[in-house]
Amino acid sequence: MKPVNQKAWLLILPVVVCVAFSAILPLMTVVNYSVQDIISPERRVFVGTEWFKSVMRDDDLQGALLRQIGFSVSVLLVEIPLGILLALSMPAKGWKASAVLVLVAISLLIPWNVVGTIWQIYGRTDIGLFGAALARLGFDYSYTGHAAHAWLTVLLMDVWHWTPLVALLCYAGLRAIPDAYYQAASIDGASKFAVFRYIQLPKLRGVLMIAVLLRFMDSFMIYTEPFVLTGGGPGNATTFLSQYLTQKAVGQFDLGPAAAFSLIYFLIILLLCFVLYNWMQRVGTADKEPGHG
Amino acid sequence: MDDRRWKKRGVFLVLYLVFAILPVYWMVNMSFKTNEEILSLFSFWPRHFTWDNYKVIFTDASWYSGYINSMIYVAINTVVSLLVALPAAYAFSRYQFLGDKHVFFWLLTNRMTPPAVFLLPFFQLYTTLGLMDTHIAVALAHLVFNVPLAVWILEGFMSGVPREIDETAYLDGYTFPRFFLTIFIPLIKAGVGVAAFFCFMFSWVELLMARTLTSVNAKPIVAVMTRTVSASGMDWGVLAAAGVLTIVPGAIVIWFVRHYIAKGFAMGRV
Repeated sequence: MKPVNQKAWLLILPVVVCVAFSAILPLMTVVNYSVQDIISPERRVFVGTEWFKSVMRDDDLQGALLRQIGFSVSVLLVEIPLGILLALSMPAKGWKASAVLVLVAISLLIPWNVVGTIWQIYGRTDIGLFGAALARLGFDYSYTGHAAHAWLTVLLMDVWHWTPLVALLCYAGLRAIPDAYYQAASIDGASKFAVFRYIQLPKLRGVLMIAVLLRFMDSFMIYTEPFVLTGGGPGNATTFLSQYLTQKAVGQFDLGPAAAFSLIYFLIILLLCFVLYNWMQRVGTADKEPGHG
Repeated sequence: MDDRRWKKRGVFLVLYLVFAILPVYWMVNMSFKTNEEILSLFSFWPRHFTWDNYKVIFTDASWYSGYINSMIYVAINTVVSLLVALPAAYAFSRYQFLGDKHVFFWLLTNRMTPPAVFLLPFFQLYTTLGLMDTHIAVALAHLVFNVPLAVWILEGFMSGVPREIDETAYLDGYTFPRFFLTIFIPLIKAGVGVAAFFCFMFSWVELLMARTLTSVNAKPIVAVMTRTVSASGMDWGVLAAAGVLTIVPGAIVIWFVRHYIAKGFAMGRV
């Protein structure tokens, strides 16, 4: 066990001050706005929970929330299996492993708006390879014209952008399985599938849980990529929660409702965080090996 | 049987790599073409190879100052994040104290909060403080997700160092600052590098806050890129060149941290 030492607070004080300045202060402002009607900077009226009620009943918001959940679930359904498959196919050692690792990871390190730009170009039927190929095949493809096409393009872009994260986490998890497990399996004459089902998958449980929650939460706050690619359109087919909130807060400057919405959004995230945190703690203590990483 | 299975996996891997690389290649390809060629001729490599698009960026102040602005606030942010995160990560990895788990959890929630939630109050806060359109505003705003990330990553690395090392050093008469700077930090060099890389990366790729908190003087490259529509329509070549240039720093540094990327993204938990 770690020794108890209350003086350790002095060491974390700078972090607490820093993050409090940029997190608690703003959050309090949001709480403040969410219960007032701000008519002008001098005239504000206390309205209680009115904004919360109106926001909860807002059809546009419910639409954005449903689209968001649909999107995040689709992201998980595609990226998790694809990521596992990719991790299983990546070479384990040698220069090939390094090269593949870097090639796979590259999409993670591209600025998010450039990801949008890349797909904006790539998907155009006149100058983009992907769009032109689809047009050549006879599809009437247009990510700015058809809601379904826009949605699918945003999904494909997210798969392209973030599947590597799942793959890298699984890859790291796979490398942590001792060789003895595989030797035992080959003595028993286990098939590849049995090795995957009974050795690799159980050992990946921890990292997979992290991957699922990270992907769910990060896709839950997706903003930049669809903003650049489709601007939330056509109509509002690709307007997800962050986009909707930003429109309300900065576009229309509806302070009260935007603040109430921010708080609801934050509470959803808080709940998810709690689940993630407990999982991470368990992974951290259960399979902590000295010297790994 | 085994051989065939591996071949199948190899084919899948190659297919995936093609899927991963093609969009990037297409942009690189476009950045070396003239706008006329982009719009008229559809080809897999530039027929009239040109550096003009890059020349535009390196000679037009509104473009290259975007890169400089981004570099400034990213650098401030990375340095501050690491300086405050190092002692905190040590405290979390070595001691128990009142509320330690709660503070750690609170830090995680900040990494996970959508920037959109903080947007409105940040706008007001920095206007009140007179910090709007400065590099400091963006650097401070990015601390909200980078400090927690740095603490988590460093804590993961520090927990891998046996506690006996600390105890021996204290017995030998080392003071805490001297032990920390001369013995402990060299031991977790890799962790510091990885944390710095991730702070750099997440600050570099963020658009929403950087765009909202700046207008002219500190406008970052990611925001400059959102307006490339000129009188003659979209300037695709320059846009592609600007995109390529934003990838370059990450692409170079990634080689050095390739074995730790997973650990960084999982916040030290792998």
